[in-house]
Amino acid sequence: MREFFDMGGYAAFVWPAYAVTLAVVLLNIFWARRALARSCAEARRRLQMQGERR
Amino acid sequence: MNGREGRVAEAFPAAPGAALAVVTAAAADRSAPGATALEAARLALLRDLQLAFRKRGQLVQPLAFFAMVTLLFPLAISPELSRLRELAPAVLWIGALLGSLLALEFLFRDDAYDGTLEQYALSGQSLTALMFAKTFAHWLLTGLPLALMAPLAALSLGVATTALPGILLCVAVGTVALSLIGSIGAALTLGIKRSGALLSLLTLPLSLPVLIFGARATQLAVHGASLLAPLELLGALAVLGITLAPLAAAAAVRISLE
Amino acid sequence: MNWSWFHRLASPPHVYALAARLTPWFAWPAALCILAGLWGGLVLAPPDYQQGDGFRILYVHAPSAWMSLMVYVTMAVSAAVGLIWRIKVAHAVAASCAPIGASFTFAALVTGALWGQPMWGTYWEWDPRLTSELVLLFLYLGYMGLRAGIEDTQRADRASAVLAVVGVVNVPIIHYSVTWWNSLHQAPSVMRLAKPAMPLPMLVPLLLMLLGFTLFFVALLLVRLRGEVLARERAASWIREVVSA
Repeated sequence: MREFFDMGGYAAFVWPAYAVTLAVVLLNIFWARRALARSCAEARRRLQMQGERR
Repeated sequence: MNGREGRVAEAFPAAPGAALAVVTAAAADRSAPGATALEAARLALLRDLQLAFRKRGQLVQPLAFFAMVTLLFPLAISPELSRLRELAPAVLWIGALLGSLLALEFLFRDDAYDGTLEQYALSGQSLTALMFAKTFAHWLLTGLPLALMAPLAALSLGVATTALPGILLCVAVGTVALSLIGSIGAALTLGIKRSGALLSLLTLPLSLPVLIFGARATQLAVHGASLLAPLELLGALAVLGITLAPLAAAAAVRISLE
Repeated sequence: MNWSWFHRLASPPHVYALAARLTPWFAWPAALCILAGLWGGLVLAPPDYQQGDGFRILYVHAPSAWMSLMVYVTMAVSAAVGLIWRIKVAHAVAASCAPIGASFTFAALVTGALWGQPMWGTYWEWDPRLTSELVLLFLYLGYMGLRAGIEDTQRADRASAVLAVVGVVNVPIIHYSVTWWNSLHQAPSVMRLAKPAMPLPMLVPLLLMLLGFTLFFVALLLVRLRGEVLARERAASWIREVVSA
């Protein structure tokens, strides 16, 4: 187990690389969902405003 | 034939506005569409040159900038000519690239502002040909002077006189490509306020091959070697630019004017 | 052959519903492939005889680099389709691609640098691949900057489409010139594993990761696409039902 984390001495490079990639993956998921939620809210707001105008 | 020649003679010394009228009027003359596109392009070119010479001060600005940049490097590094000679290709090309970028803002700005660009788009003439004409005028007014200045800058950096013709040639060819590439970015950012940084961000990545080949050619020239290989590549880029850039710029102008 | 399914892809409400339905079909397989790839790459694959366990960065660097380029091409192709045939959905696809591609280009650069330090002794090396990745990042940033700078969505779509097409034509030219420049100065060779061909235990996890990331991209694209499609439909009635749900 310890050897696994040690990565043959390269731990200081391998694990940060994986961490950065994981961070980018998670960020993309969060970002995409947030963008969709925002667009829905925006569309809802627009419809509301149009409804009020009538 | 006489009628067209008469109009050309009219346009030449008169106000550029008259040239514009002829460009749009030439659309009515459908007897030889190819010829009118060339004619329109020629008139647009002359118009741009005439207008530029009225503001001679503005023409000098990119050259002054180039001179300043050439001055900055020795001050930042060392006055030793042997060291500067090694850096000369980089200094010359970075200066030319940045100077060319600076000058790009003037390519379409005035014409977009006073509606001339819109007239060009609506005139029924080939917008691609007109874009080429404008970009060629821009090169004559900025790129070519930069190329003529480059040997002087090179001399100040300790480059041997035998290298100077080669340097002039590659900067001349390179700035052709730079003007063409830059015209695309300038057309895309028309109407965006304070687009200087964005224009640089769009243009610089596309200009990198020109920088790479141009700097290499200059480096070979400085060392007295044959610069034919990178010069040919530089020429290829310029030809590619001439073929494709005006098309892209025309499309971008139409989009920006919508 | 009934092509109506293809023509319906230009219809925003259809695409919106389809994207919502398809997302899990890409998201879950993506997760599976990536987890399997990680297991294979980190645990099962033997260490490289030259780079030891350090080579395992390949399993995150290669997919990131692949993503950066694949997403750019997707972006350029869909932008071109939108420009030529004036299809709003195509422009929506292009807009969705940009942030995904840019972030993975960044990941490729960081993982590349982290791989470089143990291998070359320096965090940054101007080798052709890393330099090209850096230029690609600037191309993405320029694209996103242009979109952000133009307020009208339709104009932004069309202007950035021209930029994307010009960019994609330039990518091979830039890569060639950077490689040429690099070869002049005898720079150290690009990250390459010692063995001429990768043995299966090393190769299979890599392929799994590449596949997994590609599926992940499609899933992300589908999510973002829905938002972008919504933003381009001003007062269409189908939005009413969708949004109040």
